[in-house]
Amino acid sequence: MTEMHKDYAAAKMGMWLFLFTEILLFGGLFLLYAAYRHRFVLAFHQAGQALDVVLGGANTVVLITSSLFVALSITALQQGRKVRCQWFLALTILMALVFLVNKYFEWSAKFSHGIYPGSEHLAQLPQGQALFYSLYFAMTGLHGIHVLLGAALLGVVMAFVARDRVRQDDYVLLENAGLYWHLVDLVWIYLFPLFYLIS
Amino acid sequence: MHGNGTEDAGFWAPLGRGGLSSWIFSTDHKRIGLLYLALILAMFAAATVIGVVLRLKLMTPGNTLLGPQTYNALFTLHGVIMIFLVVIPSIPASFGNIIMPLQIGANDVSFPRLNLFSWWLYVLGAVLALVSIFTGSGAPDTGWTFYVPFSERTTTNVNVAVLAVFVLGFSSILTGLNFITTIHRLRAPGLTWNRLPLFVWSLYATAWIQVLATPILGITVLLIFAERVLHLGLFDPGRGGDPLLYQHLFWIYSHPAVYIMILPAMGVVSEIVPVFARKPIFGYKMIAFSSLAIAFAGSLVWAHHMFTSGMSDLAVLIFSFLTFVVAIPSAIKVFNWLSTLYKGSISVEPPLLYTLGFIFMFSVGGLTGLVLGSAGTDIHVHDTYFVVAHFHYVIFGGTGLGMFAAMHYWFPKVFGRGYDARRAAWAFWISFVGMNVLYMPMFVMGLQGMPRRYYDYLPQFARLQFVSTVGSWILVAGLTLMFGNLIAGIRNGRRVGANPWGAATLEWTLASPPPHHDFPQTPVVERGPYDFRGVSADD
Repeated sequence: MTEMHKDYAAAKMGMWLFLFTEILLFGGLFLLYAAYRHRFVLAFHQAGQALDVVLGGANTVVLITSSLFVALSITALQQGRKVRCQWFLALTILMALVFLVNKYFEWSAKFSHGIYPGSEHLAQLPQGQALFYSLYFAMTGLHGIHVLLGAALLGVVMAFVARDRVRQDDYVLLENAGLYWHLVDLVWIYLFPLFYLIS
Repeated sequence: MHGNGTEDAGFWAPLGRGGLSSWIFSTDHKRIGLLYLALILAMFAAATVIGVVLRLKLMTPGNTLLGPQTYNALFTLHGVIMIFLVVIPSIPASFGNIIMPLQIGANDVSFPRLNLFSWWLYVLGAVLALVSIFTGSGAPDTGWTFYVPFSERTTTNVNVAVLAVFVLGFSSILTGLNFITTIHRLRAPGLTWNRLPLFVWSLYATAWIQVLATPILGITVLLIFAERVLHLGLFDPGRGGDPLLYQHLFWIYSHPAVYIMILPAMGVVSEIVPVFARKPIFGYKMIAFSSLAIAFAGSLVWAHHMFTSGMSDLAVLIFSFLTFVVAIPSAIKVFNWLSTLYKGSISVEPPLLYTLGFIFMFSVGGLTGLVLGSAGTDIHVHDTYFVVAHFHYVIFGGTGLGMFAAMHYWFPKVFGRGYDARRAAWAFWISFVGMNVLYMPMFVMGLQGMPRRYYDYLPQFARLQFVSTVGSWILVAGLTLMFGNLIAGIRNGRRVGANPWGAATLEWTLASPPPHHDFPQTPVVERGPYDFRGVSADD
C-alpha cells in the first residue's frame, strides 16, 4: 500500500526516464530543424545573421553558471550545509530570471522589427527565412517555458530544504531537480549554435 | 457487493472514512487500476454507440439519418475516444496496474502517488475531450489523425481536442515510466528476468514505447495548437511550412502506438494459453524477446502510412522492408502459442475462448497488414475500407478480445467471485460472429475501391455496406450479453478460492480478492511462471 519506502535508485531511474521524454519532446523540433535546414541552407545562414550573438552568448554563460550553482547547492546539502545550499539555489533561480529577462529583450527587439509568428513581415520573407524564425520562436519558446518550470521546481525544493523535508540524508528530490535543471541547460547548449552561430 | 462487513472483501473493504474519496484519492495500485477500468469501459461504451450510429448511417446510400458535418464529427469522435481514451490505456492502465505488481511480488508500483496523478490526468484528458465536443464552433471534424493543413483551417474545436490528446499522452508517459521503474526495482527475490511472467515482459516493452514515442506526439499536437493559435507556420504550406513533415512526426508516434495497443494483449494471451493447456509455454525466451523486438522494430516503420503522400522510392523500399521485419516477431508469438496448445491438456474456459479469438483475428489483421505494408499493393488499397478492416481486426479483434480475455481471466482474482461460463461462451461466439460479419465485408469493399471516411457511396457497395451494418448489431448483442454476464457475476457470482484456474504466477497465491496490503511477507520465487508441477486449482 502506501507506506513510502525510500528507494533512491528508483527515484533516480524515474527521473532519468522523464528526462528522456523531455529530450524527445524537443527531439520532434530538432527533427523539423534538421529537415528545413537541409532544404534551406542559404536562407538559414542569412536569417541567422540577424540574431544577436552577444545576447545569445551571454545567456549561454548565464545558464552554464546556473548549472554550476545548482551542482554546488547539491554538494552543500550533502555536506550538511543547509544555508549554503539555499543560497546557491537562490543564485540558480536568479540566473534563470536573468536568462528570461535577457530573452524578453531579445524577443521584443524581434517583435519591433515585425518578426513574430503570423506577422505580415514574416510572410514576405523568403520561405526558408520564415521557417527559420518559426523554428526560432517555437524552440526558444518551448525552452523558455522549461526555464520557468525548472526555476519553479527549484523554488519548491528550496522551500522543502527550509522545512527539512529535503535534507542531508534525504536529498534525492534536490538531486532530481538539479538533473532537470542540467537538462534545461543542455537543450540551450544545442539551441545556441543552431540559431546564433550557423551564419 | 463487497465490503458489507464480510471478512473476505479484501481490498474492497472500506478504508478510512470510506466512500468515493477512498477510491479517487487512493494510491493503491488495485484501486487505481479499477478506476481506470471503469472509465475505460465507459468510454468504450460511448464510442461503440457512436460506431453503431455511423454504421447505421452507412447502411443505406444517400443523405440519411445524419448530415455530412455530423458524420465527420462523429467518426472523428469515434477515433479519438477509441484510440486515446480506450485502446492506448486499455490493458496496461487497468490490468497492468492491478496485476503487474502482484505478479512480481511487489506491494505497489514504484511511485504510487504519481500513479494516482496519471489517473487524474486521464480524467482531465477525458473532460477536455468532452469539452471539445460541446464548446466552440462544433466538434472536431478532422479524423483522429489531425492531418494538416485541414486541421489548421477548420473552424471546429480542434484546439481543445489536441490539448486533450497532449494531456492523455502525458498520462500514458507517466504510467510507462512508473512501470519500467517498478519492473526494474521491485521484483521479489528470486524473480529473475528469466522467470518474469510474459505479461510483465509485454508491459515492460510497452512501457518503453510509451516513454520514448509519446513525447513526439506531445510536441506534434502542441505544434498544431501553436499553428492555429499563434499562426506559427511550420506545417502550413500557406506560410512556408511542409505538411508532409507533420505526417512524419505524427506517425513517428502513432505507429509505435499501435504496439502500445497490441503488446499488452499479447502478454495476456501468453499468460492464458499455458494455464488452459496445462503446459509450460513453448519458447518463453523467444516470446519475451519478440516483445522487445516488436517495440524496437516497430519504431522504425512509421512512413508506411505515407507511401502515397510523396516519398523517394528508396525511402518507400526501406520502410516497406522494415514493415515486413516487424511481422517476424509477431509470427514468432503466434507460432509459440499454437505450439503451447499442441498436445496440451486443453480446457476451453471463457478466457481461453477469447484468447483463441484473439489469435484468429490477430492473424487475419496481421497478414492483411502485410498487404498494406507492401508498397505495390498499398497504392491500390491506401485509404480504403481495407485499411479500416485491417485496423479493426488487429485492434478490436486483437486488443479488444485480449482485454476481454483479461477480464474473464482475472475476474475471479479481482472480485473474488465467478461468472456464468456458459453465458460467457455464448457472448464470445456472438461477438466473434458479429465482428467478422462487420469487418470482413470491409476488406472486399476496400479492394473494390470504397474510400474510408466517405459520407456516401456508389450503389455497387450497397449490399456489403448493409451486411456490415447487420454485423454491428450482432456484435453489440454479444457485447451486451458479455457485460451483463460479468455484472451479474460481480453481484452474485459464486465465491471462488485463491486460484480457480490453477495458474502458477504469484497473483494466484493471494486471496481473491487480494487484501489491501498485497503480500504479508515478501514472496521468494524459486520456479518459472509456467511451471505447473504441484499447482492445482483451488476453487
